Amino acid sequence: MNTVFHVTDRSVPLSAKARSRWPARLDLLQSGTGLALGLFMWGHMFFVATILLGKDAMWAVARFFEGYFFFGRSLYWLVSLIVAIVFALFITHAALALRKFPASYRQYRTYRDHMAGMKHEDTTLWYWQVVTGFALFFMASVHLYIMMTRPERIGPFGSADRMWSDLMWPLYLIMLFAVEFHGGIGLYRLALKWGWFERGDPDATRRKLRAFKWAITAFFLVLGVATLVAYVKIGIEHAPFYGQPYEPAWVTGGHQP
Amino acid sequence: MSDPVSTPALRKLRFHVLRHDPRDATSVPHFQTYEIEEAAGMTLFIALNEIREQIDSSLAFDFVCRAGICGSCGMVINGRPGLACRTLTQDLPADITLAPLPAFELIADLSVNTGKWMRGMSERLETWVHSLQGDPDLRRLEERMDPDLADRIYELDRCVECGCCVAACGTARMREDFVGAVGLNKIARFSLDPRDKRTDNDFYELVGNDDGVFGCMTLLGCQDVCPKDLPLQTQIAFLRRKMARTGLG
Repeated sequence: MNTVFHVTDRSVPLSAKARSRWPARLDLLQSGTGLALGLFMWGHMFFVATILLGKDAMWAVARFFEGYFFFGRSLYWLVSLIVAIVFALFITHAALALRKFPASYRQYRTYRDHMAGMKHEDTTLWYWQVVTGFALFFMASVHLYIMMTRPERIGPFGSADRMWSDLMWPLYLIMLFAVEFHGGIGLYRLALKWGWFERGDPDATRRKLRAFKWAITAFFLVLGVATLVAYVKIGIEHAPFYGQPYEPAWVTGGHQP
Repeated sequence: MSDPVSTPALRKLRFHVLRHDPRDATSVPHFQTYEIEEAAGMTLFIALNEIREQIDSSLAFDFVCRAGICGSCGMVINGRPGLACRTLTQDLPADITLAPLPAFELIADLSVNTGKWMRGMSERLETWVHSLQGDPDLRRLEERMDPDLADRIYELDRCVECGCCVAACGTARMREDFVGAVGLNKIARFSLDPRDKRTDNDFYELVGNDDGVFGCMTLLGCQDVCPKDLPLQTQIAFLRRKMARTGLG
């Protein structure tokens, strides 16, 4: 257990031998991809939650990202491209975060015992960040792959059918909690890690950041559950018409399935 | 006229102490319970001495200064590292569990060899002023230093190397080569010192990796248990930004 460091026999300033610059780059990349994904998830939640404002609002948001309002028709590959970029960020972030995971059962056991003894919120939060991150490896990959390959099915009915008729709601429900906890803790830790928002009193900043983090997590969980329920409700109603896309009345002239 | 000073009800304290002597081949780690009566203003230092003097003279633990200056009496108190001499029993429940600091070589019971670990870390991170002079002139007056800068250096120099930050760090517990907040704080201290001629590139050579500042996962156990209230969170963030810039440059 005890560590013995190697003794360096050097009494003059360090020489020009170069340690790799990659640890710095990888650390920045892990933080950068985490920040980008965290902020993306906040935006994403608002976009999907437009279903709470009505089917027309969600339809408009989906078509917006397909370039419908710019080109007069839907370019689905635009959505696939955006998803592919997010997927690349996700894989990069996951690969970099893996470096921090416990590398053996011994390390895992040591951390759990340490956590149980310390009863220290930030130590415990890191464990849950690892657990939720691990879950997202699988759940987010399923979601991202479907979004990337079937962008034309994103819409009030398409998404609702996916939730209910395609039986995806259990996955989305668990993923909602995993994303909100993982992202919330991650963004909070990011601010502390790089010393953002520190104004003289780091303890006060930390208290405020932690309160903000829990408030944001609670807000997005309530919004997310309400959104999920809305899609499930539409999915149940639309089950007999599975596969038919939604068209607003002002586009179809009043004809709806 | 009634007595203005009311005497609080004194409790019976039960100390559950992890006992083990690694030099004794027959020793098996186990908890031993000692019961003593609490006294007003009692610290763990006082309580442990009472146990050793009145109940069990074989109990091993370290103390020197009794005032939070030497950093010798670090131990795990009800799961959290802290200094025994700075911990009042009145702030703890009646059942108090004491264990030696993990991550350090166990000498016996509550006594650990933090010095060996600290020396290894100091040699590895070269925590001394590096001057460019080949042969220092000992008669020459030292260069004057701005008092504010001297204060900032002194603030970080208050570290007593008690080892609490290492024992409270989940990263250090999992990864034995991690230099801990104590090591990163020392690099931050020497990077401030104008007498130290090392550049950011030189410091990057020492802590610019995952055993150094990039290994810190910002769990902040160090910040919360440091008995000297050192600004570890701020210093590690400062060093991380500095080393990241150096790594990109």
